This record gives sequence, structure tokens and C-alpha cells, in this order.
Amino acid sequence: MATMKALVCRECGKEYPTKAIHVCEMCFGPLEVKYDYEEIKRSISRKKVQDGPHSIWRYADLLPVEGPVFLGPHAGMTPLVRAKNLGAYLGLDELYIKNDTVNHPTLSFKDRVVAVAITRARELGFDTIACASTGNLANSVAAHAAAAGMRCYVFIPGDLEAAKVLGNLIYKPNVVEIEGNYDDVNRLCSEIAGEHGWAFVNINIRPYYAEGSKTLAFETVEQLGWRTPDHAVIPMASGSLLTKIWKGLHEMKYVGLIDEVRTKINGAQAEGCSPISTAFKAGRDFFKPVKPKTIAKSLAIGNPADGYYALKATAESKGSMDMVTDEEVVDGIKLLAQTEGIFAETAGGVTIGVLQKLVKNGIIKKSDCTVAYVTGNGLKTQEAVIDAVGRPVRIQPSLAAFEKTFKMGKNGGGDA
Amino acid sequence: MPHVKVHIQFPEDKIKEPVIYQIGHEYNVVTNVRRADVRETTGWMDLELTGDSAEIERAIVGLRKKGVVVDPIELNVVE
Repeated sequence: MATMKALVCRECGKEYPTKAIHVCEMCFGPLEVKYDYEEIKRSISRKKVQDGPHSIWRYADLLPVEGPVFLGPHAGMTPLVRAKNLGAYLGLDELYIKNDTVNHPTLSFKDRVVAVAITRARELGFDTIACASTGNLANSVAAHAAAAGMRCYVFIPGDLEAAKVLGNLIYKPNVVEIEGNYDDVNRLCSEIAGEHGWAFVNINIRPYYAEGSKTLAFETVEQLGWRTPDHAVIPMASGSLLTKIWKGLHEMKYVGLIDEVRTKINGAQAEGCSPISTAFKAGRDFFKPVKPKTIAKSLAIGNPADGYYALKATAESKGSMDMVTDEEVVDGIKLLAQTEGIFAETAGGVTIGVLQKLVKNGIIKKSDCTVAYVTGNGLKTQEAVIDAVGRPVRIQPSLAAFEKTFKMGKNGGGDA
Repeated sequence: MPHVKVHIQFPEDKIKEPVIYQIGHEYNVVTNVRRADVRETTGWMDLELTGDSAEIERAIVGLRKKGVVVDPIELNVVE
């Protein structure tokens, strides 16, 4: 394998060795992985991919790892669901849901990026892995570290909900609650990453970690029969997921797996934290930081690291962006559950809400092949919908009571 | 000598103020701007602060008191 050529600054282009570094020493721009696409092109093929493992690792040639040992062996290859019912409701002929609510092992797309990060961290000789997180990332890092037998530190804000803390503690990492607000946690973690020789997945391992998101693009194309969709609707937190899906689609073309990329990339945020979508709608190529206030907590990043690049990718693809209210987020979760049987977390509600808007505004047309990315499981954010799903119908324990309540006749029944 | 890399963002009404110059005078830190984009309605800089740790800390508090948003160079890392 070893098709990585270097880490390269996204701003000034200066190259660095493929170590645990993430910031250009010249201009302080972010680093990303550069590959030898000619070399990959010689070895990769559709058949080789399809003969590979049923996980993200079938695309190991395009991931920043040396192999042959891959940690997180079950991440990826989640279903691409043909959403006929939701499509009919929205007026779309060909709608798909890329369903990462069932990603393994922790039921969010973070399992993809963490599998890549922890594999690379091990290759670089680290024995301790860490992250700063309020939810999905912490769960995934803690689970992967447990399975890999690595020491793990998870840093969380002191006011995190009990259920989310439990989701980390069960894997027995060192969970560190930091007294202070989000900015305090943010800054301390940056300092700790600089001081200790640990693999901090979303800091010094970030160039590798972020590449794992490309597998959502790779799998989508393969599952569509080796073609790109007309539209992708992608939730945005840091904006990294969107930029990497865009990068992944183009890499498939560079290495000869597909002939063209025809996808328009569309970004989705919640109104209470929409620095990127707001900038897009205002026609700006820069965003202004915000203080998040939304139920879509997994997307609540007020000063997103890849916001600028997400705006750039969307503009390049001639795509769009939009945002939805918290009420629309809940409606989106319910709509997806009630049409397709998929229970998404709040970020999924954001995606479905924005998908609806893009259709309504004529940006996505009836005949467009559209893929909506649903990135986390609804069981993780049940509190968001607890007041919006009604109550069970309560009856006395008798057949008569049941039939009376449901107005049953001999030929079947109705709703209560 | 300790040094810290930060990303700072100016609110619109602070763009014309010589904030970096002021910080260099008010605190015993060396400011080294590596990348910046300053326009009529927005402005940000990636810079390095070098000096005694406590003095760097005071300078960051000072920047915030002037209404400047100060983040680590990686921006928001809590996901």
C-alpha cells in the first residue's frame, strides 16, 4: 500500500513527511494527505474493490494508511437505501439515504474517521489515543481504543448530559470532565495535544482522520453502480465531511474508477448554528463565528475548521446550502422514520429538513438522482423528539376495549 | 521561549483598530502574523504569540477584552 506521498499545506502547498502533524509551520494552514494517484491507478480496479472486505477497508488504496493491519474492521459499507416512500412524498423519482445510523461499532459516521485515525496512530507508534468531543466522536474513539487495547483519553465539557457520559464510560477510557465553557475545553485540548505525545484524533491526527469521510463518497458511487449522484445533501459541523465527500468523488475519477463527477454538493445546517450556510446564502466566501444554540448538538460547531473549504467545494460543484429550524429538525427526523423506518439523530433531521427545502426551492429536480447522508442513530438523541412523538394508546386488558378503541370490524381495523 | 498559535477574528467595528500593535505594546509578547484576510466587513489572522506563558495568557485575555474572538489555530476541535 503506502500510496501516501506527503502531507501538504492546503494553503501554501508546502510538503511535510507523513507524521503526526497538522499545521503548516510556514503559514499555519491546515495539512492534508497527498497521494500518488498514478501509482494507485495502476493497482486499483472495480473488481479489486468488490473482492475486498465488506467495510471501508475495501478502499484502503485511497486511505492514509500503510497496512496490512486495519483497526475498526467493521466500519462502513452501510446500506444505500432506495427511499421510495420519502421520494414519493417529496416528489423525487430517485432518492437514496446513505444510512450511517447503522455504522459499526457505535452507530454514527464517526466510526469511519476513527477507524482510519486509530489505524494510522498505531502505525505511527502511538499507544494513547485521545479526542475532545461532546458525543459521537467520543463514543467511537472510546470503543475503538478498547478493541485495539490502546490507552484512551476523552475530554468532555463538564455540563454534558448523563446519557452521553455513560456512552463513553462503558468502554472504560479516561473520561475527563473539564470545568468551563466550550471555549475553555477547546483551548485546553489544543494545548494538551501540543504538550503530550498522544494521538489526538481531531488535532494532530486530523489530516488522516478526516480522510475517512471519503469512504462515504466511495461507497455511494459503488452502490449506485459506479456512477455519481446528481445531488448530495450533507450535514455540516466542521464542514470536513462535505469537503471530503467532494474530494473522494474526484479521487475516484483520478484513479479511473469512474469517468465523470456530475454531483452538486449541498450543505445542511441548523439555524441555531449555521455559520457556513449563512455565509453561502449571503454570497460570501468567508464565515463569521457564532455561539451555537440548537438541538442538533452533533453539528454545533460555531467556528468550523473547514468552513472556508466547504464553501469552496459547494461553489465548485455548483451546489447549494440551506438551514432549518429546530422544529424542522424534529419534523425531518419524524418524516424519515415514518416513511423509511430509519431513526436518525438530530443531524439526520437537519439533512432531511434541508433536502425538503432544496426540493421546494427547485434546486433539486424530480428526476435528479439524489443521495441524502444520514450520519447518526436516533437512539443517541431521543431527548430531541421525546415531546413530539405522542403517547401510547392505553386500554383496559380486554378484547372489547381493544376493538372499541381501534373501531375494529370483522374485516380489519382502523387507527385509534 | 513558549509560543502559542492562535486564530483571531475581528468583529466589524474593530477592523480599523491596530489591535496587534496594541497587544505588542500592552503585553510583553512578540506577535508574528503568518496569514491574514482583512476586508471591509471581516478580518481574521493566524498568528503566533511568543513570550512568558503567563504573559501570553494575559495577552489572550486582553485580545478578548477588545472584542476579538480568539481560538486555537485548529479553530473548534470539540466535535
